[in-house]
Amino acid sequence: MTDAHSLVVEGITLGYGDRTVIDDLDLVVPPGRITAIVGANACGKSTLLRAMSRLLAPRGGQVLLDGKALHKLPTKEVARTLGLLPQSPVAPEGIVVGDLVSRGRNPHQRVISRWSSDDSAAVAEALRMTDTLELTDRSVDELSGGQRQRVWIAMALAQQTDILLLDEPTTFLDVSHQVDVLDLLTDLNQRRGTTIVMVLHDLNLAARYADHLVAVREGHLYAAGDPSEVLTAQTVRDVFGMASSVVPDPVSGKPLVLPIGRHHAAAEVGRPVEV
Amino acid sequence: MTAVLDQAAAVDLVVRGRRRRTLRRAATIGGLALLVVGVYAFSLMYGQTFYGPREVYDVLRGETVPGASFTVGELRFPRATLAVLAGAAFGLGGITFQTMLRNPLASPDIIGISSGASAAAVVAIVTFSASEARVSLVAILAALATAILIYVLAYRDGVVGTRLILIGIGIAAMLDSIVSYTLLRSAVWDLQTAMRWLTGSLNNATWEQVQPLAIAMLVGIPLLLSQSRGLSLTQQGDDSASSLGVRVERTRIVAIVAAVTLIAFATAAAGPIAFVAFLSGPIAARIIGGGTSLMVPAALVGSLLVLSADLVGQFAFENRYPVGVVTGVLGAPYLVYLLIRTNRSGGSL
Amino acid sequence: MSTTTAPGSAPAVVRRRSVSTRVVWVAVAIALTVLVALASVAFGTRVVGWHDVVEGVTGGDANVAQAAVNKRVPRTLLALLVGASLGLAGAVMQGVTRNPIADPGILGVSTGASLAVVTGIVFFGLSAPSSYIWVAISGAALSAAFVYTIGSMGRGGATPLKLALSGAATAAALSSLVSALLLPRADVMQTFQFWQIGGVGGASYDRMGQVLPFLVAGAVISLLAARGLNSLALGDDVAAGLGERVVVTRMLAFVGAVVLCGAATAVAGPIGFVGLVVPHVCRLLIGIDHRWLLPMSAIVGAALLTAADVVGRVVARPEEIEVGIVTAFIGAPFFIYIVRRQKVRAL
Repeated sequence: MTDAHSLVVEGITLGYGDRTVIDDLDLVVPPGRITAIVGANACGKSTLLRAMSRLLAPRGGQVLLDGKALHKLPTKEVARTLGLLPQSPVAPEGIVVGDLVSRGRNPHQRVISRWSSDDSAAVAEALRMTDTLELTDRSVDELSGGQRQRVWIAMALAQQTDILLLDEPTTFLDVSHQVDVLDLLTDLNQRRGTTIVMVLHDLNLAARYADHLVAVREGHLYAAGDPSEVLTAQTVRDVFGMASSVVPDPVSGKPLVLPIGRHHAAAEVGRPVEV
Repeated sequence: MTAVLDQAAAVDLVVRGRRRRTLRRAATIGGLALLVVGVYAFSLMYGQTFYGPREVYDVLRGETVPGASFTVGELRFPRATLAVLAGAAFGLGGITFQTMLRNPLASPDIIGISSGASAAAVVAIVTFSASEARVSLVAILAALATAILIYVLAYRDGVVGTRLILIGIGIAAMLDSIVSYTLLRSAVWDLQTAMRWLTGSLNNATWEQVQPLAIAMLVGIPLLLSQSRGLSLTQQGDDSASSLGVRVERTRIVAIVAAVTLIAFATAAAGPIAFVAFLSGPIAARIIGGGTSLMVPAALVGSLLVLSADLVGQFAFENRYPVGVVTGVLGAPYLVYLLIRTNRSGGSL
Repeated sequence: MSTTTAPGSAPAVVRRRSVSTRVVWVAVAIALTVLVALASVAFGTRVVGWHDVVEGVTGGDANVAQAAVNKRVPRTLLALLVGASLGLAGAVMQGVTRNPIADPGILGVSTGASLAVVTGIVFFGLSAPSSYIWVAISGAALSAAFVYTIGSMGRGGATPLKLALSGAATAAALSSLVSALLLPRADVMQTFQFWQIGGVGGASYDRMGQVLPFLVAGAVISLLAARGLNSLALGDDVAAGLGERVVVTRMLAFVGAVVLCGAATAVAGPIGFVGLVVPHVCRLLIGIDHRWLLPMSAIVGAALLTAADVVGRVVARPEEIEVGIVTAFIGAPFFIYIVRRQKVRAL
């Protein structure tokens, strides 16, 4: 366990072309915890994550890694501290699992480098943690969606970064795999103290797995904090435009959002919250 | 759930897997290299008159051997060397673009880089009767200008590979018409010259042609190889590569400049030898397998293609065909097959 | 416009053009064509005085100038015919493939026609221009079918990029074969080289007479498909749901386009970009209704090609630049402009 790195977003403004997507947003990522960012489609959450992982230069404000401006730091140094799993990574055709995971060691390699035992150890550990060791020699193309996602996470793990950013890691997976991946991330957080920031579209999974929930609405920060405090019917209405009832989840005790539509709403529960 | 292996066993598995793959790769590359050397030696020996290894060796050492000194020393030696160098240059140029644009069908000969070099070279030679060195210079400037033009035109909030390829095709059409027009209007209609600039030919290869290319390769190849790891990583997507510490834009620019230089010099020396840049990468990928840097294999495949095609063009038929026609005809079915295969497997198009 | 671009492209405000607007534009186009035709007769590589122009047109050949003008008349006619055919074929191709960059040149259709003609000459000893035409049409049909088939395999069907790449690859492949066939036959090669570039010089009433029936047939077939193309633009499923016979319309359009391309290429060589540029311009002026678009494309195509020919003759006096080269120079930047405008999806 290493001293946790701090990641802070200060007054950041982001956009593409002449569109502003995020406007003057502040966020402090709690080190060593799991943070989930939620919001409606096109509210800017992926854009925010991209800025935090240094893929997008801010128009205003800055992202600070350990108090230093992210964009001024050398690329490789950032890559050793901050890892990213983008939304749709592309595996080169024909690549084998072992080779793909090994690529995660790139930030630690010198220009003329030899593969060291540290590198092998990191890759091995990453494979073990994601339960993909048996797949080492298989081609990534042949794997199922769930397996492939675990392999990508293994690559990010092999990077051995203290902070891991994930952009919708569960979106294209079926339910059992979604839970698998989130459990894996929780293991990682608990065993290695890795700070995790992920954009999730599923509110309930976000509520269950996150220590810190951040709700973004139309480019602004709506609320940030403990899920049970942040996730209320009011929040759901304001951020997602949806009527709901929020109850404690019988499995985990965290908030559970029950959407209320025009049909199938029992009279007692169905009363929408008055704005 | 799998059996839980402890860390030591896991490390062992990883290491053994890597070693196995590295050895297999090294063996394949070694095999390719041997093949290139073999065909090279063969092309020095075989011809209308066959000269044995001993005689060839003597000529290479600088001794005067009656008959062989001219045929081997003046004719075959520069020709075969040009074949190897040009083939390697085209192969490297091709694989670089294909990796960068994440598209096996995106190749400098299709998107107009070769056409730019060709057009400039043709105008320089036919209209201005320039010397070999000047031709190379003009070719590289034109190729770079073409690449920049295509990039600029394709840029809109960043470059999308699709747009770049389409624009490249348009520019290639324009440049090809310049080549045709210049040849047609040239005072002396010379079939040899025409063939060289339309499809690529090694006929009458001289050391003057080889020299600029050799020098360009001495500079360009190390430059390109230095970017090879970064370039491989960009195959995963710019975002993923960036987060792994690759300076994506810088890698791209250095790689493009190096690749375009190689292509331009090779085109200036031998003409735009059809399909070599296009095919070397995919063929190398079939032989070596995906996931690792294909630069060295592609270079070797390129050399092999040009050497073999030239031999076939010279000796297999009644008529002598320039190498470009042979690579064109042999390459065409394979090219179409690749297209079909890529489309069918939903590959990156 | 909405018929031909992928979702996400700049949404066109579909203006309901009144019939009178369209009629005006058509009239303008016809007037322009007449002007260009006149210019084509009056201007050329040789500077000719007005008196000689008038004399030459009416058949006098008292001096060299008049003889030159005399020659320009059939040349102009041929340019008009070929231009109209290519413009029309391009519009049909773009309609049937729902693809904004479909064009006989890009789709490798002209190279297919070339290869067929060369094969015919070399292996079957064809020498009569009329036989060229049949052969060219078959070649055009085969390569169009081939390019389209390959381009539509896999995810997404025939996207612009896949079609363009298939076309470029096929054209490259076919032209290698052409080179291989021609190389040992220096005499044929010489003649062929001129034809390869694409030009309307050497026009004669004789040759035009031979190709005219084909062009007319192709045009008629294409125009018959016009209404069907309007429905096809909505997508195969929707069109079928609206009662359109998708397969029949497709075949009709395909046959029409291929006959037009093949015949035009047989008589004038491969001329690219006319089929690409003209439909786009016409769509801006006259809208996407193919019943108006097709005839308009024919008219504008005639004007464009003839104008390109005039430019080619005037700019490089006393030499001339073949029209195929001029269209490449005008067409390529336009092509690039179209590509830039599209919101092309990332790979």
